[in-house]
Amino acid sequence: MATTLPLSTRGLLPAQRVATAATGESAVVRWVLIGVAVLFLALFIFLPLAIVFSQAFAKGIGPYWASLRQPDALSAIRLTLLAAGIAVPLNLVFGVAAAWAIGKFEFFGKSLLITLIDLPFSVSPVVSGLIYVLLFGLQGVLGPWLARHNLQIIFAVPGIVLATIFVTFPFVARELIPLLQAQGQEEEEAALALGASGWQTFFRVSLPNIKWGLLYGVILCNARAMGEFGAVSVVSGHIRGRTNTMPLHVEILYNEYQFSAAFAVASLLALLALATLLVKTLVEWRARRQLAESARWDGEEQIA
Amino acid sequence: MSIEAKNISKKFGQFAALDNVSLTIPSGELVALLGPSGSGKTTLLRIIAGLEFADSGTILFDGEDTTHRTARDRRVGFVFQHYALFRHMTVFENIAFGLKVRPRSVRPSKEQIHAKVHELLGLIQLKNLSGRYPSQLSGGQRQRVALARALAVEPSVLLLDEPFGSLDAKVRLELRRWLRQLHDEVHITSVFVTHDQEEALEVSDRVAVMNEGRIEQVGSPDEVYHHPNTPFVYNFLGSVNLFHGRMDDEIPAIHEAATGDFVYVRPHLLEIQRQPNGGSNFRAVIKHINSAGPLVKVEALSEWGAPVQVEMSQEKFQELQLAKEETVFIIPKELKVFHKAI
Repeated sequence: MATTLPLSTRGLLPAQRVATAATGESAVVRWVLIGVAVLFLALFIFLPLAIVFSQAFAKGIGPYWASLRQPDALSAIRLTLLAAGIAVPLNLVFGVAAAWAIGKFEFFGKSLLITLIDLPFSVSPVVSGLIYVLLFGLQGVLGPWLARHNLQIIFAVPGIVLATIFVTFPFVARELIPLLQAQGQEEEEAALALGASGWQTFFRVSLPNIKWGLLYGVILCNARAMGEFGAVSVVSGHIRGRTNTMPLHVEILYNEYQFSAAFAVASLLALLALATLLVKTLVEWRARRQLAESARWDGEEQIA
Repeated sequence: MSIEAKNISKKFGQFAALDNVSLTIPSGELVALLGPSGSGKTTLLRIIAGLEFADSGTILFDGEDTTHRTARDRRVGFVFQHYALFRHMTVFENIAFGLKVRPRSVRPSKEQIHAKVHELLGLIQLKNLSGRYPSQLSGGQRQRVALARALAVEPSVLLLDEPFGSLDAKVRLELRRWLRQLHDEVHITSVFVTHDQEEALEVSDRVAVMNEGRIEQVGSPDEVYHHPNTPFVYNFLGSVNLFHGRMDDEIPAIHEAATGDFVYVRPHLLEIQRQPNGGSNFRAVIKHINSAGPLVKVEALSEWGAPVQVEMSQEKFQELQLAKEETVFIIPKELKVFHKAI
């Protein structure tokens, strides 16, 4: 086997041609596969996206702006920004701390912590919303005590923020754990031995090494925080102008047959998703370019 | 600064990495911790550095107890096997790091840092690469930057963990000569870990041979090579042939039937002759000859069926004109007898 291999690839120097010859399919199969993929994407992603925007602008640009400037819509946008504005930084701090602990240290209960971090992924968002109702609602465990102290969490902004934090809990940590584990802790040890304090080590050595992964995690976390529907829907109570987030506002408008207004708000969310994708691609591209850069140098070094 | 490790023990789970180890390193010496992997040499180094803490025992720097001080407070320079350079910093920034993170009151000025880094860049002969990132350097260059970074903070002790372990043979040779030279210039107390006996014997003032969490012997390279205390040291510091034997009137001899003692002979201390010389000798059949290199290596099968390795000079080999499958007599020139096996 080993002796026949060099013979069969003789003359096919460029790596790509070797790959195509060895692992490629015939032209027909290739086009069918590509066609199926494109059709699928068009049907399930491009078409819905196009419909969101065409419906949003169905009555022209005037009504589009008008529906976005409605007090209820503005309040929904404000609330969504507020919820994401609180949830994302909190989960950023928590995610980095948790990933740091898991990635760099061995301790008792580590796998339990990892499972707990993953919990929001495995629990249905509606259930996670319900947990907060059962915990903080009037009939809930802490409800009577909260009521006595005049604190409202369910059907109010704090509940929405809590639910958002819960469902976006894993994003940053999940992104960073494998990264930190792969990096080991030699650089941190080197920094400590050179006299750096714990914080100096973190900000000057650890953080720069995980910045792209961190940014990526934050982007995903933010996208989910703004788009979350299920959990927020349960705890919000749908009070217009007060406890409606953008996704909830879209639902209400749609149920009231205000299609173009619903799609106008939806288009904002879609724009947010597109912007997120764009930033995500940029981040990935930059991270990859840095990797390629170092790989290129490594390669040169081996040749030299 | 002198280093003293007293009765250090360290366990990782069930595994005893260090078992009651004591070692004294006089000020200004370059000491090698030599041993196979898993012998505890890196653990001992990390405990001296303060990157790991012993379960019991004390570490003294110049007689002062530093057992509970962290790496940060011990002022040690540590060089890692895989360099551990800060990958997002240039060579200059890497070397300057230790100075830049000092508290404001003791931090040198920008100009002083600049001068210091350039002085070190000159020392490691990388002046023109100060703007490069670690990924743009070769292995040997990276290790030199790591060394300069450790020296920048003017440590009282320099600790090196397998400093040349991941370099190719040629660079390794070059760099270890350079390290020896550097030590002769700077005279900083240095400890380096290695599993390469040649490296330990060539570079260090003294060698501590470690095995299974214990120090087997400490001594000058000459001492440990020529007067090994234990079979392990003898075995680890070069290839060796193991025979059974006994003492005949104070003179050690190989007697395969005797089960009392173990006799060790280095391959170059065995002589091949066509005729028995009347003294201690045994018959063997030559199985393999490798004459590439400064010494000719001959593998033979003894009369009792054990493989024997013999090394001889090229001249001697030319003179003997040995051939495969030839029966010869092997005469040990120097035997080392230990009463217990490894």
